[in-house]
Amino acid sequence: MSDLTLLTLADARDGLKGRSFSAAELTQAHLSAIERARQLNAFVLETPEQARAMANEADARLRSGTARPLEGIPLGVKDLFATAGVRTTACSRILDGFVPTYESSVTANLWRDGAILLGKLNNDEFAMGSSNENSVFGPVVSPWRRQGSNTPLVPGGSSGGSAAAVAARLCLGAVGTDTGGSIRQPAAFSGIVGIKPTYGRCSRFGIIAYASSLDQAGPFARTVRDAAILLGSMAGHDPKDSTCVDAAVPSYEASVGRSIKGMKIGIPREYRVEGMAAEIERLWEQGAQWLKAAGAEVVEVSLPHTKYALAAYYIVAPAEASSNLARYDGVRYGLRVPGRDVIDMYRRTRAEGFGPEVRRRVMIGTYVLSAGYIDAYYVRAQKVRTLIKRDFERCFADGVDAILAPATPSAAFGIGEKGEASPVEMYLNDVFTVTVNMAGLPGISVPGALSSEGLPLGLQLIGRPFDEETLFSVAQVIEDAAGRFVPECWWS
Amino acid sequence: MAVDADTVRRIAHLARIAVADEEVEHLRGELNAILAFVEQLAEVDVEGVEPMTSVIPMALKQREDKVTEGGIADDILRNAPAAEDHFFAVPKVVE
Repeated sequence: MSDLTLLTLADARDGLKGRSFSAAELTQAHLSAIERARQLNAFVLETPEQARAMANEADARLRSGTARPLEGIPLGVKDLFATAGVRTTACSRILDGFVPTYESSVTANLWRDGAILLGKLNNDEFAMGSSNENSVFGPVVSPWRRQGSNTPLVPGGSSGGSAAAVAARLCLGAVGTDTGGSIRQPAAFSGIVGIKPTYGRCSRFGIIAYASSLDQAGPFARTVRDAAILLGSMAGHDPKDSTCVDAAVPSYEASVGRSIKGMKIGIPREYRVEGMAAEIERLWEQGAQWLKAAGAEVVEVSLPHTKYALAAYYIVAPAEASSNLARYDGVRYGLRVPGRDVIDMYRRTRAEGFGPEVRRRVMIGTYVLSAGYIDAYYVRAQKVRTLIKRDFERCFADGVDAILAPATPSAAFGIGEKGEASPVEMYLNDVFTVTVNMAGLPGISVPGALSSEGLPLGLQLIGRPFDEETLFSVAQVIEDAAGRFVPECWWS
Repeated sequence: MAVDADTVRRIAHLARIAVADEEVEHLRGELNAILAFVEQLAEVDVEGVEPMTSVIPMALKQREDKVTEGGIADDILRNAPAAEDHFFAVPKVVE
């Protein structure tokens, strides 16, 4: 039998239906690949027994003709999603040993449709980071390397384990979350597709909260079609999340391959930032040419408040984080460090349980929300956020169907190379992705080219609220033109 | 606005995070780097702009006022570091 881990999710789905192989065989191929790839540190928990049991049920259903849409498809799940009976830690010491008694709605939707859980994937602690170096389980190593070099590179973050696992063919797809770029940036660094849907498209119930007004779940996959298939299963109304919209989920897969003739694609001039790598600029230009060749009209647009998005984000997100993370107090779950009294217990528990980046963000958030500073920082940032959203609304009102921009300012960097001088150095990774979260819009990252060093570079498409379909149609045009990018296997 | 060592200690206390004396200076530098970065927002004209409250305009759904779940005390306490008779247990708070 040929290597089943090389299949796309769509091909695996067809192969299972046509009984070319069984769900048990497909699952075993991935479990073996995971075992051989432990040096990547993508999985923080492997669940082979559960995976085999789920695969057996899938095979029974495939045999009896009662297969569901994702029957027998093995997936990985970011350790930020609560999985019933399966340890869930947000890759933080403070949730050491936490075993949820409930399932997140997004993963519940995937299991409802027949998908199989292979295990939990590494991420930056509480999704705070852009390199997956802030995990209590240690950094994830990217399956990609610079040409002629063995330097270990980051897969991006915060969903670094998800991106690395999909790129290294350890699972057919994975779920992640994106608060400021945590799906799109690692997808770009790892040469795969990742989409952050519109805020409210997927339920946040059971996702460990970082910044509630920005967090959204989304899929990682090796093709645009595979990402569309996964989102179709993940999305949908959930009464357990009041911000999750009650709107029908369209067939995202049907939008893959649809013509983009006559569509208007915006190129935002403010994204042409100073010091942008020449090869990123070239790829961006190339992307516009591909879309033009497919019949789209390409126009320059202006999003004047772009340059303030990152600063506003680093007020809003820490503020919400300081509030969300107040629950980790050593009383209800996770780590407890004894103290003189109850307050001392809280302080010690949180000092030992949170890593340095989480401590910093909780403290910044506490400061910007504190008496005397809340208007100068938090309220002002929320006003700037209104202006950022207004920029996009104007652009879409002028008839723009989607916006084309780079996904990241550079290719992946080495482990330990960034963030030593100042935390802000790391934050700059999200300069092209964070605006989308601030405005609640959908954004997809799709591989466009390899850098001169042989590393993947991604293009980003930003769409109207709840118009993920257009993003899938346009992204497929890019995938058709750019081809797909596969790292050479050195890890197993 | 830059923070001084006392402010760092005050924020740490409000955030309920123990900070050792030797960590204060380092934290002060990091927090000030972040605050200097976000300082650029001061130049934006926000006169008459409403702060964002909901990124996607939607009416908050209402539901019938009735119990939908309950009777799962064991589940709720399953991960507690210390529990007694269906209560979370904490160090003595009242003398």
